[in-house]
Amino acid sequence: MTSLTINGKLITVNDVDMSTPLLWVLRDHLGLVGTKYGCGIAQCGACTVQLNGTPIRSCSVPLATASGQSVTTIEGLADETGKLHPLQQAWIDHDVPQCGYCQAGQIMSAAALLKKKPRPTDEDIDNAMSGNICRCGTYQRIRAAIHTAASKMEGTP
Amino acid sequence: MNMQHSNLSTVRANDDAQIHALMNQVLGETVTISRRAFFKHAGWAGAGLVLAFYVDEASAKTSNRDSNEQLFSPNAYLNIAPNGTITVYSKGPEIGQGIKTAFALIIAEELDADWQALRIEQAPIDQSLYGWQGAGGSTSIPNNWDVLRQAGAVTRFMLITAAANKWKVRVDECHTKNAVVYCSDGRSLSYGALANDAAKLAVPDAKTVKLKDRKEYALLGKRHSGVDNNKVVTGQSLFGIDTVLPNMQYAIYQKCPAFGGVVKAANLDEIRALAGVKDVFVLEGNGQATELLSGVAIIATSTWAAFKAKQQLQIEWDESRASKDNWQTFIQQASELAKQPGKENIADVGNVDDKIFDNAKKTTTSSFAAYYSYPFISHATLEPQNCTAWYHDGVMEIWAPTQNATQAIQQVAKLLDLAPEKIHIHQTRVGGGFGRRLMNDYVCEAAAIAKRVSVPVKLTWTREDDMAHDFYRVAGFHALRGALDDQGKLIAWDDHFITFTADGKKPISGGEMSADEFPGQLLPNFRLTQSLIQSGTPCGPLRAPRSNAVAFVVQSFIHELAVAAKRDHVEFLLDIMGQPRWLKPGNIRALNTGRAADVIRLAADKGEWNRSLPKGRARGIAFHFSHAGHVAIVVELSVSANKQLTVHHVTVAADVGLIINMSGAEAQAQGAVIDGLSNMFAQQITLQNGRVQQSNFDQYELLRMPHAPQVDVHFIQTEYNPTGLGEPALPPLIPAVCNAIFNATGERVRTLPLSKLGYTWT
Ligand code: FES
Ligand code: FES
Repeated sequence: MTSLTINGKLITVNDVDMSTPLLWVLRDHLGLVGTKYGCGIAQCGACTVQLNGTPIRSCSVPLATASGQSVTTIEGLADETGKLHPLQQAWIDHDVPQCGYCQAGQIMSAAALLKKKPRPTDEDIDNAMSGNICRCGTYQRIRAAIHTAASKMEGTP
Repeated sequence: MNMQHSNLSTVRANDDAQIHALMNQVLGETVTISRRAFFKHAGWAGAGLVLAFYVDEASAKTSNRDSNEQLFSPNAYLNIAPNGTITVYSKGPEIGQGIKTAFALIIAEELDADWQALRIEQAPIDQSLYGWQGAGGSTSIPNNWDVLRQAGAVTRFMLITAAANKWKVRVDECHTKNAVVYCSDGRSLSYGALANDAAKLAVPDAKTVKLKDRKEYALLGKRHSGVDNNKVVTGQSLFGIDTVLPNMQYAIYQKCPAFGGVVKAANLDEIRALAGVKDVFVLEGNGQATELLSGVAIIATSTWAAFKAKQQLQIEWDESRASKDNWQTFIQQASELAKQPGKENIADVGNVDDKIFDNAKKTTTSSFAAYYSYPFISHATLEPQNCTAWYHDGVMEIWAPTQNATQAIQQVAKLLDLAPEKIHIHQTRVGGGFGRRLMNDYVCEAAAIAKRVSVPVKLTWTREDDMAHDFYRVAGFHALRGALDDQGKLIAWDDHFITFTADGKKPISGGEMSADEFPGQLLPNFRLTQSLIQSGTPCGPLRAPRSNAVAFVVQSFIHELAVAAKRDHVEFLLDIMGQPRWLKPGNIRALNTGRAADVIRLAADKGEWNRSLPKGRARGIAFHFSHAGHVAIVVELSVSANKQLTVHHVTVAADVGLIINMSGAEAQAQGAVIDGLSNMFAQQITLQNGRVQQSNFDQYELLRMPHAPQVDVHFIQTEYNPTGLGEPALPPLIPAVCNAIFNATGERVRTLPLSKLGYTWT
């Protein structure tokens, strides 16, 4: 038995081997299926969540590491009233998703970037997002959506 | 289940025959089938009840929230509740091509519905209502264009009729906007208020109902965000892999790494004793890669428990009938074959030999030869293959991210000896299709496993399973010759195409070329011959099948000839097109040289073809026609002295007729460009002793954001009906890049991927 904070709530996890990757704890044990499995070896970024605000590949981080820490998943990105995070809204406004499978991971990486760099350059974005594969090729719109969200968050056009 | 004790080539031949039949079905599917379904169910009542059985519990509840509520359901594509809720049903799978949004837009346009208020649901899988339900060949839009417009227009006409009857006015005194019928005297009634009255009217013959003119369109052609985007960005359950059912268990299925190997023995007892493992058993399969190959299933309490147990699994395989394919051997076989004339003639027009070989004419003719090749590649959909199945009450209930649910029912029925009516498929959103999920092997596996256990089971393939058991884009080799006359005009073309075969007779799926292959019908002398290499590797359609490889070869070699002729590539291409004409008038899937020339000119114009660039930086252009789409692409890139590549800018010019959703259309073209770059840069599946040597994204690289160029897309919206855009923008990208590399460096790319030639990203 262990506990961790997920999307602001303290969660106790029973009967799960501490070596289980956080990804599968979220998906199979906690029913948070927004975080996706793509490769299992930290190559694709589909499983990206934030651990204490830092983007991590949850397929490659065991429950033991996350235990007692704070995890944010795509399900916890909107505020308590359900108002979308500016990135989520920008993703809709730019019609970013194609199949959509990678997008939770993309948004979680982007959210971590904006916390560190509120006005990222294209290069900052490329660097921060290079661990997230989009098989459908939505990169151009992801870039544009991050810029839009960044300017909204700063309150400047 | 019958175990087939036939040899590998028979098994693979059967498999391949199935894939061929499927592709014919996909490409041959005509509007008439959809029409029949439409008329058959014109007047179809009780849609709410029928749908409640299939559609996800949650949405069924809301769609049926008041069982006394009479729905106006004039056809299988939409219904209107008295409270004003309009629900439209998307018959096809959403695989990232934006079809759910596009289908709904077409209906909403003719219905004059309020787009923002529309409820858009996945339709149940029901061949009697919808005909074939799948996605392939960029056919969804052209095949459903008429029937969806009619579905909306007929409904709108009935609502107007109901209002006119009520007001005792003529129908032509009424008009509609945003789900309200207005009378010229100012009275108005909402569609909801008219639903009960409209439901009592006879459904008119769709042909008698006038459709809108293009200039009347309020929704089509504009930019619309995907209808499920909110769910995608908030991480709601949408995809097959997200399926969760009460008491569900989790499965993996291990097959032989060499195609067609059969389980001889396995450490089942050891596996059964592992933590979290509920069961483990061998399935014999029916020997078909498209359905069920021999393997071991592990059932566990979680995906991770199943994955972990899989790592402990030790299987002894009988590989006596398994594939022994070897990529290096294939390369040698192909180069031997290339030295000889092609074994089979596919096209032979004019006198190719006379133009290419005749020494006497050497003064007026120059001829050129080149040898091109490309590898097997894998689809690598980001959502690995998966499927959830539950066998209960004699019914096999399936939740599947498939591109081809209609055929999945037939396959599972045959495999498990169940009546097709006893198989219910819930179509989930699909995390990338690209042709991979036209095959239903993972659906068959999940169903076969579920038949053995009493609870719902979710089968998830690991990425490694996914890469090892694909239906690959077939590799190919081309020995080409071309001849120019003394004006530098292309006058002869000879392509000896070396591809693979499963049955020893015809090319494997994805390896067919036909007599009307570009530039065949445009040249006075054209020959296409073919030779086959036996293979046991499953192959199948991958985004723009055939064209995704052939365009690289053909459009690169055309550039070689333009260079040899010392002519501008754009002008050379336009010269090949000649006079504007439609090669098969009325056949939307045939090349129209006028449309081709227009997109070539537009790409050159928008891509600034004639503006000079600094050394090391260059542009390349290519055109290709596939899947009814005319597309030309200009690529601007730089190559450094040590072969570091930067793609700066890509300009796409396309004519696919009318655009339904501008945002979705641009996204498809942009995505195809990235897919093409990804495919040509580093992707290659190699085979050794029948096994795929790549296992995950570290060995099979997909393009990442730092290397993704800006892609600008321009459409010429000709008067033709809309055709699909999932595929045709991919093929010309690859030769456009190769031609630009030549223009930048003088090095001709005749084999892919680029990484094997020493190129790296900057
Ligand atoms: S699933 Fe974790 S990085 Fe791919
Ligand atoms: S949208 Fe399909 S993988 Fe990114």
